[in-house]
Amino acid sequence: MRRRIVLITLLGIFIGVTVWITQMDTLRYMHPKTYGDLARQTWNHIKMVGIAELLAIGVGVPLGVLVTRPGLKRFATPVIGTANVGQTIPSLAVVAIMAPILGYRFESAIIALFIYSLLPVLRNSFTGINDIDPAIIESAKGMGMSRLQIATKIELPLALPVIMAGIRTSTVICVGTATLAVLIGGEGLGKIILAGLYTQIPLLILQGAAPTAALAVILDTLLGGFESWMTPRGLKKS
Amino acid sequence: MITLENVKKIYPDGTEAVKGISFEVIDGNLCVLLGPSGCGKTTTMKMINRLIPITKGGIYIDDKDTKEMDENELRRNIGYAIQEIGLFPHMTVRENIATVPTLKDWDKERKEKRAEELLTLMGMDPDEFMEKYPTELSGGQKQRVGVARSLGADPPIMLMDEPFGAIDPITRDRLQDEFINIQEEIQKTIVFVTHDINEAIKMGDKVALMKDGELIQYSTPAELLAAPKSRFVRDFVGSDRTLKSLRLMKVEDAMKKSPRAVRKDDDLSEVTSIMAEEDLTYLMVVEDGRRLKGWVNRQDIEDESGVVADVMSEDTGSAELGTSLAEGLTVMLERDVANLPVVDEHGILQGIVTFNDLQSLIGETYTERGGKHPEVTQ
Repeated sequence: MRRRIVLITLLGIFIGVTVWITQMDTLRYMHPKTYGDLARQTWNHIKMVGIAELLAIGVGVPLGVLVTRPGLKRFATPVIGTANVGQTIPSLAVVAIMAPILGYRFESAIIALFIYSLLPVLRNSFTGINDIDPAIIESAKGMGMSRLQIATKIELPLALPVIMAGIRTSTVICVGTATLAVLIGGEGLGKIILAGLYTQIPLLILQGAAPTAALAVILDTLLGGFESWMTPRGLKKS
Repeated sequence: MITLENVKKIYPDGTEAVKGISFEVIDGNLCVLLGPSGCGKTTTMKMINRLIPITKGGIYIDDKDTKEMDENELRRNIGYAIQEIGLFPHMTVRENIATVPTLKDWDKERKEKRAEELLTLMGMDPDEFMEKYPTELSGGQKQRVGVARSLGADPPIMLMDEPFGAIDPITRDRLQDEFINIQEEIQKTIVFVTHDINEAIKMGDKVALMKDGELIQYSTPAELLAAPKSRFVRDFVGSDRTLKSLRLMKVEDAMKKSPRAVRKDDDLSEVTSIMAEEDLTYLMVVEDGRRLKGWVNRQDIEDESGVVADVMSEDTGSAELGTSLAEGLTVMLERDVANLPVVDEHGILQGIVTFNDLQSLIGETYTERGGKHPEVTQ
């Protein structure tokens, strides 16, 4: 409840600031961005985050699940270690390094974001399955469930909330990192922030930063709701 | 019937966990695999439902080689309950219990009915518990649901690995008693793993004592206590095995049936002559239908005249049929008497246990040799 109040207050402030700046006539020597600009860049931002995140889920979940399988478990450490490296390097560096490799393009931005988003999804998919009480798996096996039945009826449902939490963390981080992606050809609210930095107009920076923060809060809340909706009742902490 | 024939488990690194053991568990019997940790008892159990593959030898269920069966099919027909229980936390009690029935494609009503039946059998109210999740249950309740789940599709055979191991001693004791009653009703063929000698003696029809992957002794609990085959067995069953064996025997095993008794209004001179005739120091006093009322002592009636009612002691300790000899002995020690009347549930005198009988009985079980020692084929 307290968390919800904090979130709603934050959201109010971010949206309020955005509206307040957008209503102004001039920001020093130029006009503020219009609602149309904001809407376009917000959509671009969501698109970028969405594509990168879908890629991260598409690769991270299967890969994370795969390295929990008995025959492939020895790959768990190297795989997660590699993804860890992506996350350990500062986000700006990950983004920057993509430019010389892939050029200044929208795709480069997506790939940088994908690399940066992969770890939380991958790691949570792995731990979600790996941390299931072995006794649960043993009794499932002992009662005659096939491997496929154990995977689909026991392991995945039990790991799902953890995997969802990973996706949520990853998405929120990705929203922030995406503002940097404009440096190498990405689109989105980062463009407004960047314009503000170049022109040294703090309010313009804020006009890009506030809606970005609002977007992060909204996505976090939505995914949080989805996560608890997907959590089986028996796993919820009452 | 479960038959193990020279079963071996050798791990790839050369460790011999089970070194070729053979024994049989007959239908409706509960066989306890007992031994210190690392003796191979759990490995042996898990080879029965092939959770651990057998290296050499064979396990047969009703003479059918388990190796030739589909392993999932085999496991669906063998109940499986473990110490850690392993209930599925995302499923309700009902869904948990219906696990194997679901695998066997039972229809909804049949599963529902079975879950209700099993909860009732476990002494849990179906209306209250069916839709609960495992996190909402106490330890003892989880354990019960675990056992209920292993009975889900009414398998003829059950494997239980310390199913009462992880709960407090008082609840454990109660669950053991309950399970003994349940087993009397359901008559499953059970392989039960424990390291607890008391549990083994209490639960087992047969006890297979293992050490370092070998079967040391396979016998009834009473024989295990009375005739330990080796120093190891003696040490393992403990120096209090006399008391343990008393716990195992019932008062009716030691009592003299239909003892002489007198009535309240009998004349004392008559009583004295019976005592002299039978060389007794006491006599039980009964009323109509041989209901126990008390007893008279020889000393008390010497030089007395009148009827039995004048001198009898009313307050007499007694034991009901089915009481263990250990409890009977406790009553005798507490009341400082050498004779304990045994009555049935209506208080009707059934027999008498004397201290001397008890002593010779214990002695007998220890000197008894060459009796029916079960064959241990190794």
